[in-house]
Amino acid sequence: MSDGKKRELQVAALENGTAIDHIPPTQLFKVASLLELEDLNNTITIANNLQSKKMGSKGMIKIADKFFEEDEINRIALIAPNVILNIIRDYEVVEKKPVTLPDEINGLVKCNNPKCITNNEPMASRFSVIDKERGTIKCRYCERKINKEEIVIK
Amino acid sequence: MKSKSLVSIDQCSKEDILRILENARKFEENPNRRILEGKVAATLFFEPSTRTRLSFETAINRLGGRVIGFQDASTTSSSKGETLKDTISMVSNYADLIIMRHYLEGAARYASELTNIPIINAGDGANQHPSQTLLDLYSIQQTQGTLTDLSITMVGDLKYGRTVHSLIAGMSHFNPTFHFVAPDELRMPDEYKNFCDKLGIKYYEHTDFTEEIINQSDILYMTRVQRERFTDLEEYERVKNVYILRSKMLESSKENLRILHPLPRVNEIAYDVDDSPKAYYIQQARNGLFAREAIICEVLGINHLI
Repeated sequence: MSDGKKRELQVAALENGTAIDHIPPTQLFKVASLLELEDLNNTITIANNLQSKKMGSKGMIKIADKFFEEDEINRIALIAPNVILNIIRDYEVVEKKPVTLPDEINGLVKCNNPKCITNNEPMASRFSVIDKERGTIKCRYCERKINKEEIVIK
Repeated sequence: MKSKSLVSIDQCSKEDILRILENARKFEENPNRRILEGKVAATLFFEPSTRTRLSFETAINRLGGRVIGFQDASTTSSSKGETLKDTISMVSNYADLIIMRHYLEGAARYASELTNIPIINAGDGANQHPSQTLLDLYSIQQTQGTLTDLSITMVGDLKYGRTVHSLIAGMSHFNPTFHFVAPDELRMPDEYKNFCDKLGIKYYEHTDFTEEIINQSDILYMTRVQRERFTDLEEYERVKNVYILRSKMLESSKENLRILHPLPRVNEIAYDVDDSPKAYYIQQARNGLFAREAIICEVLGINHLI
């Protein structure tokens, strides 16, 4: 613990890897699925409904020996925008950063427009993020704008 | 243009627009130029649109090119479940250029990513129809002598009407003043007003269609108010006759005023307006030929008109 206080840990500490913290409990399993954790052989600890001073209860995922690429991890900003990433090396948090939406989101979101070509052809969807603050995205094809609340993950 | 396909009016810079309109003017002087000799253009109309298709096919014929294609997807393999990707790839083997209309939005953008030959979007659902915008711009330029500093009044369905949205984008380079006249249910969406705000373009919104507004306009752009757009049919009955232009409303209008309409009209322009020298919608449709000849040359990279 960087502040020197020894508290009882709710989850086992990580030697090296990534701890994804402050996940809204309702989104925890969606986050796990977006990160395709089922394909990893690393040691993974998933905890939910942990006590949180900031948000009442929260979820957390710890993945040993895994450091994500920006693009890979930023996808989760779509469903859990306030998540904090803790990069851990030798039991120390060496970096703490919030996730941010990438400029482009490919193949992940379903366009809300049933008349959009992406919903009628075997093809990947492509969205540009036009407002990172509000989380507004725009379909590259039909040009429909979708607000954060209406985003549907494929 | 950055890409050689024409998918949306947004991709055209001011210079692109002026160059295309200048070529359209040359085609109006002489529409028959054998520039496309030996070339084949495909017109793929997955959704029927007689006016647009005939005008594109006339353009190709007057340029000396040949046309292949279909006017109804039910006679093609897309009715057997062929993907757009396969249809576009197949036709790309045969043609030098594809002109396509599709009922799905984004179809033309997707097609332009699949092939190395140019795609001209002749309408993708409710999304884009850039050749209509360019012929509108050409009509404005021809009737006013300029595109700059004009007062443009748009009347009718400003919510769903893609032609008015694209015209805002196209005119945005030329310091216009807009008047938006529409019932509350069909008001100009915030998105386009924000676009004007960002560029410092002046606009005024009205629910009443009055002579006062007409009298300060250089261009009156009429659109159809469609019954099926209304959730409240009482509201439709109330407003359907409010946005009708009649000849007596033009009595004190500016000398240079011209009335445009993307056609087909239903009843929003009374037939007594047809005889007014200010009615321009029939010539406007004719300009579609010249604008489309210029667009075809543009996407094929032909700058020297013989």
